[in-house]
Amino acid sequence: MQTEQLIEELVSGLQPVRRLRPPWLRALRWLAAVAVLIALALLGFANWALVMQRMAVPRIALECAAAGLTGLTAVFAAFMCSVPGRSPRWAALPLPAFSLWLAVSGLGCLHNGWSLHGPNGFIGDSSHCFGFIVGVSVPLSIGLFAALRRARPIALLPVAALGTLGVAALADFILEFFHPFDVTVIDLALHLAGIAVVMGIGIALRRPILAAG
Amino acid sequence: MRAAQEGDRRAYERLLREIMPFVRSLSRRRCHNPSDVEEAVQDTLLTVHRVRHTYDPDRPFAAWLAAIGARRAIDVMRRRQRVSKYETADPDLVETFSDAAANNDLKAMHSAEAVTNLLRQLPARQREAIEKLKLQEMRLAQAAQASGQSVGALKVNAHRALKALRALMQVRGKS
Repeated sequence: MQTEQLIEELVSGLQPVRRLRPPWLRALRWLAAVAVLIALALLGFANWALVMQRMAVPRIALECAAAGLTGLTAVFAAFMCSVPGRSPRWAALPLPAFSLWLAVSGLGCLHNGWSLHGPNGFIGDSSHCFGFIVGVSVPLSIGLFAALRRARPIALLPVAALGTLGVAALADFILEFFHPFDVTVIDLALHLAGIAVVMGIGIALRRPILAAG
Repeated sequence: MRAAQEGDRRAYERLLREIMPFVRSLSRRRCHNPSDVEEAVQDTLLTVHRVRHTYDPDRPFAAWLAAIGARRAIDVMRRRQRVSKYETADPDLVETFSDAAANNDLKAMHSAEAVTNLLRQLPARQREAIEKLKLQEMRLAQAAQASGQSVGALKVNAHRALKALRALMQVRGKS
């Protein structure tokens, strides 16, 4: 197959295309839609008396804000990286918020005496956290990947990793509103395990989901 | 590129010809074998065609094209490394079956149904490569567009499919 011949075939098959909107705009639209869904869910189901009591503690409020910010920045970075020609440095955007979230969570573990036990035993109620993060992340990931694949990303790994980190962090942010106890080592480990599982699934399925179509 | 996005074929042809030296130089930075360079160039052109809707006319075209060219050259090199690690090239295999017994088995089948059954045993991507390239006699670019596989992936899958078919036919011949 000659390259010259390929050019002729591509030219003869050319059809007008609808230009994709800028990635920052698409990211903001997706995040706005998800923000509405999250707000409705929280208004409908969260125990606001408990939430206000927990958020009165600055460390917990900062932990919650850092998780939310990690989600926002990671999703934004995934949209930016999905389009060719954008700086790969966008991939580092969620790092400060993610580091802050880890640091504040670690501070929480320290505050609770590095206890390996969560409420009701070694793993106890923390297993619900794992299930919540994975359960909420799956539908969010489907929606996010459907939006990202419109750009037909050429670098699949960073897009899949950032996208799934974003939705898992958003799930963790939502979880903060239903979390009746303070963070412990085992609880933090299960939160991170939930995020890792979501990222692992997204990265493993990146080719059939993001590259097709 | 803006005109090409709107369907202007003449502008698109001019663009593709003008970017060729740039794309080729991008490919040469990572690929050293001439056939790899050409494969990377062709994959880049196909990707430019596939993702042309993502180009924003308010942003530099060279950065957009360079990102695609670099990625496709890396993909070709990775594929090359993978293939050379696990497979040995057998040029005769592409033309015909070097094993005389295998050829006899093929003749002995005399049945399209038998070949179809063998094809069914191949993985989907390999079967698709054989169907498009060998049975439907499509050109590589056409087959790549129709299947969604890159030119390089199609070549590799066709090669693997022929190898697998040969093995299946030998097993069949022995039984």
